[in-house]
Amino acid sequence: MVTITVDMDKCQHYGQCCFEADDVFALNDDGQLEYVAEADESRRADIESAADVCPMQAITVK
Amino acid sequence: MAATVLVVGAGLGGLRAAEALRGAGFEGAITVVGDEPAMPYNRPPLSKEALSAGVHVAELEFRRKPSVSDVDWRLGSPAIASDFAARTVTLADGTHLSFDGLVIASGIRPRRLPIAGPEAGRHVLRTAHDAMNLRNYLMPGRTAVIMGAGFIGCEVAATARGLGAEVHIVAIDEQPMVRPLGAELGMGMRSRHEHHGVKFHLGRTVQSFLGGEHITSVLLDDGTELPASVVVEAVGSVCNVEWLAGNGLDLTDGLLVDQAMVVAAEVPVVAVGDIARHPNALFGNVPRRIEHWNIPTETGRRAGASLASLLRGEQPDQAPFAAMPSFWSDQYQYKLQSFGMPGLATSIQIVEGTADDACIVEYSDESGLVGVVGVDRTAELAPYRKQLLER
Repeated sequence: MVTITVDMDKCQHYGQCCFEADDVFALNDDGQLEYVAEADESRRADIESAADVCPMQAITVK
Repeated sequence: MAATVLVVGAGLGGLRAAEALRGAGFEGAITVVGDEPAMPYNRPPLSKEALSAGVHVAELEFRRKPSVSDVDWRLGSPAIASDFAARTVTLADGTHLSFDGLVIASGIRPRRLPIAGPEAGRHVLRTAHDAMNLRNYLMPGRTAVIMGAGFIGCEVAATARGLGAEVHIVAIDEQPMVRPLGAELGMGMRSRHEHHGVKFHLGRTVQSFLGGEHITSVLLDDGTELPASVVVEAVGSVCNVEWLAGNGLDLTDGLLVDQAMVVAAEVPVVAVGDIARHPNALFGNVPRRIEHWNIPTETGRRAGASLASLLRGEQPDQAPFAAMPSFWSDQYQYKLQSFGMPGLATSIQIVEGTADDACIVEYSDESGLVGVVGVDRTAELAPYRKQLLER
């Protein structure tokens, strides 16, 4: 299981992560980031990519 | 004996290339050299929250994948020479390093203009060290004169106003950020800055700096004299290519690479990031350097995989390189985000909102949409990005 944490104090809701793993990260209608905190191990590579491309480096993957 | 890779440049591109080498199964030694005495760290905050709050560089470090925990980091001394035939690189401290494969990730530095007058008080913003130095001058009662109205100049202006300093921006351009944004949105951003107290001197250049040991004022080409506690020079960049001289490379505009980020295949050399003049299949494969934050990651991933292939004696993946350029900028409470290459546009249209409020702007050339910029409309940009990917 992949565990995802987003530091919402750092997150600026740019949504770059959504393009890497749209099943985990999404911007809602108000433009605020929403995400699921756990994902299947098979999703790890895309989720790590999402963490890589976050301009604020707000995403932690374990 | 296993091959050795040398990565010159300890920024984001160097880190991502090292991670991609490991991701592609390269098990040999990796050495990363960097001119700054810091592990790879995130630079965009240097003109924003880190400049505002004085964040320490350690807090800006990128998380590094466990796969690069055995990398040998040699920090604090830049590369000054290289010999591709002998496969060696020389550092400023005299160290000679040999390699089987080389990653060029030495990036850019701020351009300095030859301007008469005192040197003390002239600042640039590229490193965490630069930000800490500059921060000492940004406070009520001080005046910052910023040369250049690009993103860095405008972000520093917004941060400096937030810290209470008086701010002047001097630029030859007709509007701030005019090349990427166009005149109308540039003017919209200018009114936001003016609303926050920034004074613009557009179409102007700096004639000289005045003062004794330290700059006390800046003389413009029209005779205007601006008081100055500090000058911030944000007038573009220069590629760190000097250490590559003598290897028969064209170094006039970074380093030309192919779609696999390969510079030269006979000696396995790849280049990444700001310095790599690379083709992009989304934009006609014309080789361009792109100084956007996402490019070191995209080119680093590709370059690491390519170099791992070359070192196995295999041909790198020749698939087209098609990464979506993207930039963002925070100025005051406003958030700009862009996809594509708006700077290529021959026509610009505001399709939602107005230039001085939340808006979406389409940038097109004769082939169709080439870029999009949103101000405070981030969540609505996804369909435009999709359209750009399908170009």
